Amino acid sequence: MPFDVYLNVAVGGLLTGLVYGLMALGLSVIFGVVRVVNFAHGEMMTIAMYIAIVLFSALHLDPLIMLVPISAVLFCFGYALQAGIINPFITRPEHSQFLLLVAIAIIIINVLLIIFGPDAQSVQTSYSYDSFQIGKLIVDATKLYAAAAALAVAVALYGFFQFTAIGTAIRACADNYTGALVVGLDVKHLYALTFGLGAACVGAAGVMLVLIVDVTPSLGPAYTLLAFVIVITGGLGSMPGALLGGVLIGLTEAMAGLIFTPSAKSMFAFAILVLVLLFRPQGIMGKKAA
Amino acid sequence: MFSRLFENVSRRALVLLGVLLIGLFGAPLVASDYLLTVLILILYFAYIGQAWNIMMGFAGQLSLGHALYVGLGAYTAAALYVHFGIGPWLGLLAAVPIAALAGAFIGYLAFRFKVGGVYFAILTIAVAEFARVGFDHLTWTKGSGGLFLPVAQYAQSDLWLLRGKPVMFYYILLVAVVLAFVFCRALLQSRIGYFWLAIREDEEAARSAGIDTFRYKMIAVVISSGMTSFAGVIYAFYYNNLFPEQVFHISRSIEIILGPIVGGVGTLFGPIIGAFLLTGMSESLIAALHALGIDIPGAKQVFYGVCLLLVIMALPDGIWPWLSRRIGLSEREK
Repeated sequence: MPFDVYLNVAVGGLLTGLVYGLMALGLSVIFGVVRVVNFAHGEMMTIAMYIAIVLFSALHLDPLIMLVPISAVLFCFGYALQAGIINPFITRPEHSQFLLLVAIAIIIINVLLIIFGPDAQSVQTSYSYDSFQIGKLIVDATKLYAAAAALAVAVALYGFFQFTAIGTAIRACADNYTGALVVGLDVKHLYALTFGLGAACVGAAGVMLVLIVDVTPSLGPAYTLLAFVIVITGGLGSMPGALLGGVLIGLTEAMAGLIFTPSAKSMFAFAILVLVLLFRPQGIMGKKAA
Repeated sequence: MFSRLFENVSRRALVLLGVLLIGLFGAPLVASDYLLTVLILILYFAYIGQAWNIMMGFAGQLSLGHALYVGLGAYTAAALYVHFGIGPWLGLLAAVPIAALAGAFIGYLAFRFKVGGVYFAILTIAVAEFARVGFDHLTWTKGSGGLFLPVAQYAQSDLWLLRGKPVMFYYILLVAVVLAFVFCRALLQSRIGYFWLAIREDEEAARSAGIDTFRYKMIAVVISSGMTSFAGVIYAFYYNNLFPEQVFHISRSIEIILGPIVGGVGTLFGPIIGAFLLTGMSESLIAALHALGIDIPGAKQVFYGVCLLLVIMALPDGIWPWLSRRIGLSEREK
């Protein structure tokens, strides 16, 4: 195979990987602050995907334009979920939280199944088959837009956490729960806000992925798993780590699909996860636990 | 040793246990074919739940990948039978070590490098998923096309080759559940059991008390995975077909652990009562929706999810601790 085939596939994997990274960023933010592993992460993403599909097929609204409104809907969903259901569980053991989120995931998958049926749906935009050519390199327009949007959302989130008062307060909760309570922060509200932000991230990622993959209600678990793999590879709680992990996994899957067979590509992602857990359990960008 | 099993067990508990046992052993005499298949399913989940409970409930290591051990057991025994005509009980001699080895591998990786909690849980999922995709491409077990065991009409049940009517599987699983129950009780009353509980409650403290935590966590994983593989062998010979997408799938792993969590993690009866409740609930939901004329794919699972949600919100410790107080058994296993 000529070299430029590899290069094209690699660039495609890298761009998809950035969108994966944004999805994983949501999971990482939620775990980093609320300390709850969101086992319904991929399922929340499918909600955003179906909203995008409905808006597109009914009103011809381009998913990339609807990115912000759909993310806002997911934010409200995440906020309500944390404030209403998950909050009493934050001090309970992991298996208890796990069961709660699995129950939520089951409900989401099957409500979507009842409403939309089991068939795969997709969005065909006017630029679906567009591409840019740079020398021998051919880049999918949709993937490029999606990756750029993913980067923009990630940068915005980073700015929020670093430079706003609420962002700083959330980081305070993550660093020292008791301390945050002592200085009078409304931790419950901040946790719900964080969960909402995580949901908004995965929602935004979902809207972009609609352009790249076909959507079925049962898509959720595979993406939940993918988000876990990425987050642990990159380092739980590290924002650049989630993006880096996403790119790494996106690249790996793309190359494995090219060199071996596409159906075996997730094996390589899991193999990377095992290697990372062995040699750098805190993840590539993660800080060593004290 | 044997008398210790009955230490601190109230007469009331023994009577209830006896009634339950007689009921279960007599059930096939009155149960319809349909009910029998449901009961088989219940016992199957109860048994795996017990095996999982050793790892999570006793030693505190959350495994979300127990489908791996079911699948390894099922595939080992089925492949040996299909390729070499080796019967399931001999196949078990290969299936259990293979699954236990897989468990030991995961345990070694995780515990040696101090991977715990959520990380450990995700490692177990990752290895199970790795196996799923791997078996999809393994031609010796027919890959994603599925491995089929030869089926024929049997006039008589052949216990040695596990070919026969559902009733046979019912009794095999029932005996397995009873043996597992006694085994778990014996474990909990042994040194190992106390060490496990210490590790579960506070690993650092256990280590400073001189417990070799690595060793005892490894023992828990190996016992749990080995036990689980037996259920896999039974699965293979009961259903006669195996697909990697089915046996290794993450949703199988989740199914396995819902029962013990709902029933009560770390209790002896939790996995059993959880299996009865969840499988029973799932089957009666099908019947209820059918009776109401509702035939929407997904409707059953939505109800199921809502029920799970309500149970875990109302009874975070599971049903058994609550129920045992209700029926006046002062079980103090926690």
